[in-house]
Amino acid sequence: MANDATYETYYVPHDSKLPIFASMGIFLTVFGLGHWLNDMTAGAESSVGTWIFAAGGLVLGGTLFAWFSSVIEENHAKLYSQQMNRSFVWAMSWFIFSEVMFFSAFFGGLFYIRMFVVPWLAGEGNRGPSDMLWPDYVPSWPMLNTPDPERFPGAHEAMGAWGLPLWNTLILITSSFTVTFAHKALEKNNRQGLIMWLAVTVALGVVFLFLQAYEYHHAYTEMGLTLNAGIYGTTFFMLTGFHGAHVTIGTFMLFIMLLRSIKGHFKHDDCFGFEATAWYWHFVDVVWIALFVFVYILGS
Amino acid sequence: MSAVIEEHHHDDHHHGPAKGIMRWVLTTNHKDIGTLYLWFSFAMFLLGGTFALVIRAELFQPGLQIVHPEFFNQMTTMHGLVMVFGAVMPAFVGLANWLIPMQIGAPDMALPRMNNYSFWILPFAFGMLALTLFSEAGAPNFGWTFYAPLSTEYAPPSVTYFIFAVHLMGISSIMGSINVIVTILNMRTPGMTLMQMPLFVWTWLITAYLLIAVMPVLAGVVTMMLMDIHFGTAFFSAGGGGDPVLFQHVFWFFGHPEVYIMILPAFGVVSAIIPTFARKKLFGYASMVYASASIAFLSFIVWAHHMFTVGMPLSGELYFMYATMLIAVPTGVKVFNWVATMWQGAMTFETPMLFAIAFVILFTIGGFSGLMLAIAPADFQYHDTYFVVAHFHYVLVPGSVFSIMAAVYYWIPKWTGNMYDETLGKTHFWLSFVGINITFFPQHFIGLAGMPRRIPDYALQFADYNMISSIGAFIFGFSQLLFLFIVIKTIRGGKPATAQVWDGAHGLEWTVPSPAPYHTFTTPEGVNLKEAHG
Amino acid sequence: MDKAKRSRWLVALSLLLSSSALYADWTVNMRKGVTEISEKVYDLHMIIFGVCVVIGILVFGAMIVSMLMHRKSLGVEPATFHENHKLEFIWTIIPIVILLVMAVPATQTLNAMYDAGNAEIDIEVRGYQWKWQYTYLNDDPTQEVKFMSSLLTPQDEIYNKAAKREHYLLDVDNELVIPVDTRVRFLVTAEDVIHSWWVPDFAIKRDAIPGFVHEAWTVAKKTGIYRGQCAELCGKDHGFMPVVVRVVEKDEYNTWLAEKQAEAAAVYEIVGKEWTQDELMAEGEAVYNRVCAACHQANGQGLPPAFPSLVGSPLITGPIEGHLDIVLNGKAGTAMQAFGAQLNAAEIAAVVTYERNAWGNNRGDSIQPREVNEMMAGQ
Ligand code: HEA
Ligand code: HEA
Ligand code: HEC
Ligand code: CUA
Ligand SMILES: [Cu+2]
Repeated sequence: MANDATYETYYVPHDSKLPIFASMGIFLTVFGLGHWLNDMTAGAESSVGTWIFAAGGLVLGGTLFAWFSSVIEENHAKLYSQQMNRSFVWAMSWFIFSEVMFFSAFFGGLFYIRMFVVPWLAGEGNRGPSDMLWPDYVPSWPMLNTPDPERFPGAHEAMGAWGLPLWNTLILITSSFTVTFAHKALEKNNRQGLIMWLAVTVALGVVFLFLQAYEYHHAYTEMGLTLNAGIYGTTFFMLTGFHGAHVTIGTFMLFIMLLRSIKGHFKHDDCFGFEATAWYWHFVDVVWIALFVFVYILGS
Repeated sequence: MSAVIEEHHHDDHHHGPAKGIMRWVLTTNHKDIGTLYLWFSFAMFLLGGTFALVIRAELFQPGLQIVHPEFFNQMTTMHGLVMVFGAVMPAFVGLANWLIPMQIGAPDMALPRMNNYSFWILPFAFGMLALTLFSEAGAPNFGWTFYAPLSTEYAPPSVTYFIFAVHLMGISSIMGSINVIVTILNMRTPGMTLMQMPLFVWTWLITAYLLIAVMPVLAGVVTMMLMDIHFGTAFFSAGGGGDPVLFQHVFWFFGHPEVYIMILPAFGVVSAIIPTFARKKLFGYASMVYASASIAFLSFIVWAHHMFTVGMPLSGELYFMYATMLIAVPTGVKVFNWVATMWQGAMTFETPMLFAIAFVILFTIGGFSGLMLAIAPADFQYHDTYFVVAHFHYVLVPGSVFSIMAAVYYWIPKWTGNMYDETLGKTHFWLSFVGINITFFPQHFIGLAGMPRRIPDYALQFADYNMISSIGAFIFGFSQLLFLFIVIKTIRGGKPATAQVWDGAHGLEWTVPSPAPYHTFTTPEGVNLKEAHG
Repeated sequence: MDKAKRSRWLVALSLLLSSSALYADWTVNMRKGVTEISEKVYDLHMIIFGVCVVIGILVFGAMIVSMLMHRKSLGVEPATFHENHKLEFIWTIIPIVILLVMAVPATQTLNAMYDAGNAEIDIEVRGYQWKWQYTYLNDDPTQEVKFMSSLLTPQDEIYNKAAKREHYLLDVDNELVIPVDTRVRFLVTAEDVIHSWWVPDFAIKRDAIPGFVHEAWTVAKKTGIYRGQCAELCGKDHGFMPVVVRVVEKDEYNTWLAEKQAEAAAVYEIVGKEWTQDELMAEGEAVYNRVCAACHQANGQGLPPAFPSLVGSPLITGPIEGHLDIVLNGKAGTAMQAFGAQLNAAEIAAVVTYERNAWGNNRGDSIQPREVNEMMAGQ
């Protein structure tokens, strides 16, 4: 690669206001959120944190919008070379890798709890004497009865895998295909196809999110399965919740790509934004499959 | 693949920086951003050092004289956090920004705006963290390792800001690392293969990989804390089926690679300096690369050596002991290679070389104590005593920090165009060298004698060495003001530096004039690879 | 004014000197300790230390020779070698071999440490912020000996108002007592945050983790008093929760234990029985005058603002839980201590009942020791 002697231009943007606004935005967002959470936990009725958070979110959102717009503009102005695009490709791949590691922390936690902690609490292994602290605890997974039911009430039942979650699995897998169809259409310069398949993908994403929201509602109201239900609820909601957040972002990104396609952006050899979104979407899909296996199937 | 810089958005066709403070706020130039990182890091070093001096002042004598235990804990915590995340890591990112593009013949970092974003997040993150010192219940007080449940159920409310500050630092580091990796992989000058890159570039490539792999895990663990604190989850509560030890596993999965993140770029710096002043090519370039990669690989699989006393199963204990011991092998290779580079060279001892040699010796001493800690049964006696404190300061202060100072002396003529004052530089070195050893060597003794770490007051048999250690800390600390003076003096003037600066220096950065022009290597034709490997 | 300043300096100086004088049992190395394990650990420590010293001498020696002889000022020409695969191979292999050899005794020691079976005595060690609780486990609950062990050093010594005595910060009110030459198993856990129970002379350091129990064991070979400290940051007073173990002859241990068991049985009986209001009031008055009156005064009026009056206090006239809570757990940052660790359940119940009904508080309610116990267990 490095020996390829084609000389290309490498665009170095000049002074930019974007990063400093993005920094302020992200700072206000987390500062406000922190304030808000502290007030919430302290039992306050309302909190200025909410407003700081909202303001920060607006600044950050606005800046990112401007940022991406200028990137798109620069691209249209033909400032980017193939080499630039390779930079973007690498950057997006490593970003996705960092996301993988973020999820690994939570999956790792789940495995550790299931393989080690549950038996320990039940009196096995080298931390087995721990059961003297929890004489009434009966081990099980999903952990419906916790060692300390007063603080962590546990759930009435576990989330099954073969109802709604199966549907969601099918939806996400399908959407991975549809986004690929969209890509194929783009490669053939078939704009109609691109737009249609993208729209289908976005729709599938939205449906997934609706079903997920319904599932959460059901869990909270009917099953006693909450964040506070003990480690089963904890891992269930944290893993599926972070995944859901990523689906939300992914769907939003796809939606932007849809709008851009309608506006006539992207060419078969110039569609990095679209491709990056598609990779992200595949990544979200793969995480779901891991979730489906480890949280739903093996978890119930 | 190469690059021709393209200017845009830009009415006057003069390629210099903008004027005034906005130059620094808006800049996308890797050299400017490097400078920002370095100054930020130095400010944090003074801040974290001031916290350390509060600690050492309180520990000057037994009894409580200056601060209350509660505040002492805040000092310990903030000292660790500020030094690790605020001083050492940003300093290396600053060096990376300045040097990597110049060393590989690239016009700039791959993603210049994101580069600026990575930097400007940091002042906000540390501002938020430092301000918690003034909050009602005080700053984080649970150690830089913030073990749950002390950092969750029993933490002051400032922990929430701490968590978000860590998130911000993580975002900054991840973006910074992505930039480094992409720059190295995609923007080398035509003809430069991976195995021709200077070792500083290599070690940073590996470091950046480590960062991208573990910073998200740190983000994960603080997120778990956030949920436990505010949303009633049970990650770290046995009552809900969680486990406080889970925290430690996840934390150290980040934490151990983190310590190598703080030393690998230092290896790179030293591997640049020693050959220059020995006037001899680096011994064993290839094995240096492989050793760095092995260290990085091993760093992922040894984390629980920080947890020998938490009650892991025997098999776990054994495994982590063996794996940890293995790290001595590639690290040894590096040490031996440096010695072999010096061997039969024609050495001179300018300030950067002095710091580099001190690095090799004192880091090795720190490595030896690390190896002792790795022996699990013995760690039952060492763990959480000042022996550990002595260990990690030997690898961090005369290790990472000395390497950063060496780098500054080594490259500052290139950055400013002026030579620093050699006499002052050597004075700074000797004061630091003596100060650091007075500070941390006695800590081995008090640790072995049984003094726990993180305590504001101690039993009488530890008194004498603590006093010595505190005196050393003040000597070392105040010597750093001399460093500040030297740097400012060099920026403002001095003997003009030649392009090559040091007669034994090789590498692309030495082919451009001193001070390095605002934009370097804007065309690949400007790059003379031969010179780089002379 | 000036004089006061000078005398402060004098005190400081004398404290300084006295601290050096007390440095008699100073050491710069790890303790050998008094158990087989601690001796093994010591040996391991010395071996690995020796290995490092030898390698250090070789490496630093080579550097020093090079720095002295291969300097430009001596007019040497630099050599040009920059690789030697054989050499590099050798210095990769030699450390590996050294480490392999080192791993053998380390593994053996670790194995021995982890073998916690066959103990004659089981003691639960429980870390609290910031004290230790020891329970001599016994199947018969009436015989269960259980007590708190907390720092004895007075605040005045810590704040330099009084000279520091021997065992400064390493002294406790109630030592853990175990017999010599006997296998004792410790079941280490914690109530609140993570602590770590460390006795250097036994080479035991076990993290005390809330919700989990970890084993450790020892056979002390010599009688004596062995001191250690909490070894995991556990909050404000982490530096002030020493561990003190007294190893005694077996007979002495048995006598001691019998005495403690008798006490325990007596308390058990007292706590277990149903108390009448009058009994509670009588006992309560006694406890109050003995323990509480120093601050809150015999008439309950206290010495405001430092020590609040208990007469008509909202906490006392309010629900009993709040009242009980402050007596059991104290109030952080004030002189009001956590008496749950100092008084037994009967005394607590009595004093609370007394406070609710004395000095015109006349709440008319009472609490049984049994209920206090339940509340303490439930926390
Ligand atoms: C730059 C940072 C850095 C570096 C490089 C290291 C390097 C090493 N560290 Fe260290 N360590 C820390 C920073 C670092 N550490 C920190 C910050 C902590 C404390 C965290 C906290 O609790 O707050 C810590 C704690 C720590 C512990 C936990 C102690 C405890 O809490 O009980 C252990 C245990 O195994 C350990 C081991 C090692 C080992 C084996 C190495 C090895 O990499 C060292 C290898 C090097 C050599 C061995 C020397 C050179 C080699 C030769 C000359 C070859 C021949 C030698 C032999 C065969 C002996 N470290
Ligand atoms: C890279 C990291 C790094 C660095 C550089 C240092 C530097 C120093 N450290 Fe640090 N230290 C840690 C990382 C580091 N430390 C970590 C991770 C911990 C563990 C924390 C924990 O337990 O959680 C720790 C803990 C720690 C302890 C143990 C505290 C305890 O257990 O309670 C001590 C005690 O002596 C100490 C001392 C020092 C000293 C004297 C220095 C000196 O090198 C500092 C030099 C001093 C200065 C540089 C000051 C200069 C300033 C001035 C002269 C004033 C000028 C002022 C203005 C201009 C405003 N450190
Ligand atoms: C060394 C002094 C001291 C001793 C001894 C002491 N107290 Fe207190 N107590 C205090 C102080 C100071 C407070 C005020 C705490 C605060 O600021 O809320 C207090 C508060 C109280 C309160 C709450 C009063 C209120 O209205 O807030 C009760 C009840 C109480 N103590 C009971 C007791 C009992 C019972 C004992 C003995 C077993 C006792 N105290 C021994 C110092 C003491
Ligand atoms: Cu208990 Cu530290
Ligand atoms: Cu480590």
